Amino acid sequence: MDIHEYQAKEILAEYGIKLAEGGLAHTVEEAVQRSREIGGNVWVVKSQIHSGARGKAGGIKLCRTHEEIEAAAESLLGKKLVTHQTGPAGKLCSKLYIEAGTDIAREVYLAFMIDRSHERIVMVGSAQGGMDIEALAATNPDAIKKVHIEPAVGLQDFQARTMAFALGLDGDLLNHAVKTIRGCYRALRDQDANILEINPLVVTRNNELIALDAKMSFDENALFRRHRISELRDNSQIDPREVAAADAGLSYVGLDGDIGCMINGAGLAMATMDMIKLAGGEPANFLDVGGGASAERTEKAFRLVLADKNVKAMLVNIFAGINRCDWIAEGVVQAVRNIGMTVPLVVRLSGTNVEEGRRIIADSGLPIITAETLADAAEKVVQARNQTAA
Amino acid sequence: MAILINERTRIIVQGFTGRIGTFHAQEMIDYGSNVVGGVTPGKGGQKHLGLPVFNTVREAVEQAGAEASIVFVPPAFAADSIMEAADTGIKYCVSITDGIPTQDMMTVKNFLRLFPKQSRMMLTGPNCSGTISPERAMLGIMPGHIYSRGVVGVVGRSGTLGYEAADQMRRLNIGISTSVGIGGDPIIGSSHRDVLEKLEEDPETKVALMIGEIGGPMEVEAGIFAKENMSKPLVAYIAGLTAPPGRRMGHAGAIISSAGESAAEKVERLKELGVTICPTPSLMGETVAKVLARL
Repeated sequence: MDIHEYQAKEILAEYGIKLAEGGLAHTVEEAVQRSREIGGNVWVVKSQIHSGARGKAGGIKLCRTHEEIEAAAESLLGKKLVTHQTGPAGKLCSKLYIEAGTDIAREVYLAFMIDRSHERIVMVGSAQGGMDIEALAATNPDAIKKVHIEPAVGLQDFQARTMAFALGLDGDLLNHAVKTIRGCYRALRDQDANILEINPLVVTRNNELIALDAKMSFDENALFRRHRISELRDNSQIDPREVAAADAGLSYVGLDGDIGCMINGAGLAMATMDMIKLAGGEPANFLDVGGGASAERTEKAFRLVLADKNVKAMLVNIFAGINRCDWIAEGVVQAVRNIGMTVPLVVRLSGTNVEEGRRIIADSGLPIITAETLADAAEKVVQARNQTAA
Repeated sequence: MAILINERTRIIVQGFTGRIGTFHAQEMIDYGSNVVGGVTPGKGGQKHLGLPVFNTVREAVEQAGAEASIVFVPPAFAADSIMEAADTGIKYCVSITDGIPTQDMMTVKNFLRLFPKQSRMMLTGPNCSGTISPERAMLGIMPGHIYSRGVVGVVGRSGTLGYEAADQMRRLNIGISTSVGIGGDPIIGSSHRDVLEKLEEDPETKVALMIGEIGGPMEVEAGIFAKENMSKPLVAYIAGLTAPPGRRMGHAGAIISSAGESAAEKVERLKELGVTICPTPSLMGETVAKVLARL
């Protein structure tokens, strides 16, 4: 689960990380008000959306007067910002973070994340801050320093110093750097974050160390014990279809194609989408209906898939283990009747109680196309799609 | 032979008396698995499904000779249950539980590493469908009837895609020695490579099928292991050709977050390593059949 920069900064402040003075604004007036409270004569108006690369997309504006703040807030609030991470639909900016301008001498990169293959938290740093770390990893991997942290004993000071020196933070800055690094580590560990990224961490001309940006993302599986974190969820930043899916206990990812899918199991869902592509079609979505799919849940899944107006045909592929084909078939028949489906539907059932399931579909009298195998199902749905589109 | 479990393996169920534990314990018993009891703290001394309930895994090991366990405990408590099993001499543990926090799994893996390799419990999962040695024993939640006994060893992250593979093979009269679900989470007990190592040692297994997906480096690591250490042919399918980068596809671990983690990149690397690739998910059975015919 992603959160906003201002929320991440609130958390980091509690762990002793130094930040530029700032405040949140929901309106143009509030934005100006915040800048007056902060004082000084340079401010940065930062759009709060769940995405990196906001600067390049025009979502971060440097202002030297209150009029400029007004104009910047006006241009950002209520607008959708498109970055290379948001996709073409962009993300709605409904909050701004107003921050005091920082006199930057140097920028470095600092992050903590879960390293899947080492099964440890890894600390990643680079003296070349401010830029895209993925790009840096591709072009100049030697410029990136990685330190793995032993879970039983946690981050040690010598490791923090090793990173501080690699980032060129020595002399007067060393102790402050160690404190910052330790604070970031504790924030990630204590709050069950997957990623904590400070890009950039800056050295000011007054020789202070400030987290100028902050990104945190959290382990969804741990939210049951992080109530405060789970309250930071901002559904306006998530595809509304995915929000509806999560509420119904379904796993959904919207895509750009026009063949809707409902499948049980994440692996089978990905494989079915691959088959659709190989048969010449494009999936409109990923949808894992999960185990023990009731008729009610099946109908919710249908409504979700068909809410996407691009969908020109739909495929249901169920391999019943804990599920039973007859339950699924009843759910499908009920969903088709209740929704009044207008696009062709292909259903492939396999596994537990398959004969019973097929009989229910056949006896329904509904125009449902049935398929035996995975390949057959994919070919039939692509064919059906081509006929609808023609 | 088969790997990890057979008809003699003495199995206990952790989270035995809960709704899910009860249902699947009965399914496993009906399949013929040698279930000798279960653990539910505080209910020790009772009988459930005609079998003894123990307070601790240690009691189950000492009194019922438990060797393998299956964990149906809810996510918040599952890591603790796995570590309890590891601490008491259980040799093999399957964790079915979906939704265990990643840092809890880091703790589990760290705990397991405290034991010398020879006495260390093998863990598969979490978030998996379990392990089956067809016609001998089932330690999982799969539909047992779609699996027939034979010479193909299967390892895969996904449950239902594993069923699909088993079904395709059964239609072609190809049987399975053991099928192991390793789970869809970012940090899991055993990797594809760990299971391939076991399949290579198993005299009954002639061919290995690996069913992978996007995210993480595990499939390529398994390919490198196969090239360097395996005498048996390896067939692989990687799901997620259409998955966009940075989006989680159902499984917590199924996300392309860095170079080399997409399906296309994994397939390329595996081909270079001499692995036979299933061109489509509907050809898993046929691809295995072709490799078997060449033996």
